[in-house]
Amino acid sequence: MSMNVYGIRAIYKFEMARTGRTLMQSIAWPVISTCLYFIVFGTAIGGRLGEIEGVSYGAFIIPGLIMLSLLSESISNASFGIFFPKFSGTIYEVLSAPVSAFEVVAGYVGAAATKSVIIGILILITARFFVDYDIAHPFWMFGFLILTAVTFSMFGFIIGVWADDFQKLQIIPLMVITPLTFLGGAFYSINMLPEFWQKVTLFNPVVYLISGFRWAFYGIADVNVGVSLAMTLLFLFACMTAVWWIFRTGYKIRT
Amino acid sequence: MQAIISVKGVGKTYAGGFTALKSVDLDIQRGEIFALLGPNGAGKTTLISIICGIVNPSIGRITADGHDIQRDFRAARSKIGLVPQELSTDSFESVWATVNFSRGLFGKAPNPEYIEKILRQLSLWDKKDSKIMALSGGMKRRVMIAKALSHEPSILFLDEPTAGVDVELRRDMWEMVRGLRKSGVTVILTTHYIEEAEEMADRIGVINHGELVLVEDKHTLMRKLGKKQLAIQLQNPVSTLPESLHAFTLEVADEGNQLIYTFDTQREHTGIAELLRALNQQGIEFKDLHSSESSLEEIFVNLVHQNQNERQLVG
Repeated sequence: MSMNVYGIRAIYKFEMARTGRTLMQSIAWPVISTCLYFIVFGTAIGGRLGEIEGVSYGAFIIPGLIMLSLLSESISNASFGIFFPKFSGTIYEVLSAPVSAFEVVAGYVGAAATKSVIIGILILITARFFVDYDIAHPFWMFGFLILTAVTFSMFGFIIGVWADDFQKLQIIPLMVITPLTFLGGAFYSINMLPEFWQKVTLFNPVVYLISGFRWAFYGIADVNVGVSLAMTLLFLFACMTAVWWIFRTGYKIRT
Repeated sequence: MQAIISVKGVGKTYAGGFTALKSVDLDIQRGEIFALLGPNGAGKTTLISIICGIVNPSIGRITADGHDIQRDFRAARSKIGLVPQELSTDSFESVWATVNFSRGLFGKAPNPEYIEKILRQLSLWDKKDSKIMALSGGMKRRVMIAKALSHEPSILFLDEPTAGVDVELRRDMWEMVRGLRKSGVTVILTTHYIEEAEEMADRIGVINHGELVLVEDKHTLMRKLGKKQLAIQLQNPVSTLPESLHAFTLEVADEGNQLIYTFDTQREHTGIAELLRALNQQGIEFKDLHSSESSLEEIFVNLVHQNQNERQLVG
């Protein structure tokens, strides 16, 4: 039997329907919170700051703000998507269905990444109401957007499999990802930091994501765009390996 | 006849060292209704979960309709429908959406006419747009069955299908299971209700402490292990039995007003005629006779106790 396309579609549709039922939480809130960031940082504070490498502060933070939502939404959507069936017991159906590991991941991760990309585009549109911006490399902008959404949705899927309770589900996005994003150059260029902290910051993987994404917008970057792309692909590969291991061993899914 | 499900030496030991199943061999014949009986924790659900792909076996091999459940999992699983014991449903989904989801998940193209047919058969059609959370327990159980049937399986597992279900719905389900069998579906059910197995099953398997104690045709099982009893209502009570009646397996009951004679249904001569003659010779008069047969429940309880006693002796 060839690939179970209907199976992938069923999971994808089911997950997208969940977004439809929770529009406020899934779509509206990320957009509203981004508006608040623009009002506070972009307009109120940003108005008093000068340009950064020839880009107004309001425009400068757009890639970082999109990344902030993209990372947290990708993780939370994918992790909840697989955690909830485990929690409610409905996972039995996926486990007993003729779907391969790839198809399960394609369904859950595909839906989570789609939602994140939609949110990213909505934030991009919303930003237009606050600041003017140009996108220097639209192809790469979408490339980074989709690649990051897929990578972090896969990371979220891993968290959802690993988590036994709701606290564990939240702990990595809140305690790890959000601080790394804030410290990863979402609101500043790492060149503005003292030299020592510039070097320390390079250990933060989110720096590479934001830097590459910002390069796609304005052609400016904290680190070489090739390195950004390579780091993103490396993290994607690490997540794929972890997912492969999960399904091979049945870790916390199939005893 | 080729078995539709073949279980060969299947065992399961969990990471913590607990052995839930010990080298089980079992063949399920095409088109039969097979009832798996056993006390709580006997290994019924573990066995079903392994066959359906939810739990990995530690040892052994299983084929479903000729397909290895691990090497050829797509073909094997597409033949199987499962109604689990727990009412695990997507509370916020509608009945229509969740049943269609199941069909898609099992790799079948959408077929609204077929889904409608199932929902009508299960009296769910007027609830198709209702959210599952708004349904009663019995209705949720029907939804689980509809989901399991959505991809037109040839093998259906029902794990405690009528647990917590009222009498009327239980009868409806029995009727539905018989209908499925008529249409060629092989049904394997686990149940605590012996009455259910007695009513529906063609063959019975008894599992205890992870071991399949026996597999037998229901009628043969009842004939082999079933005992008949003759209750003799006496005119006048007796305190002790005369010497000449000691050859019979008699028990004095009801404060001496009744004698209970237990006999083997398989024996050619039941000994009833001899007993009645002996009573007559002793001048013991009787006013009524009533015979009864062991229920499957009594047979099951005896088997489980016998198995436990054997285990204790070995231990």
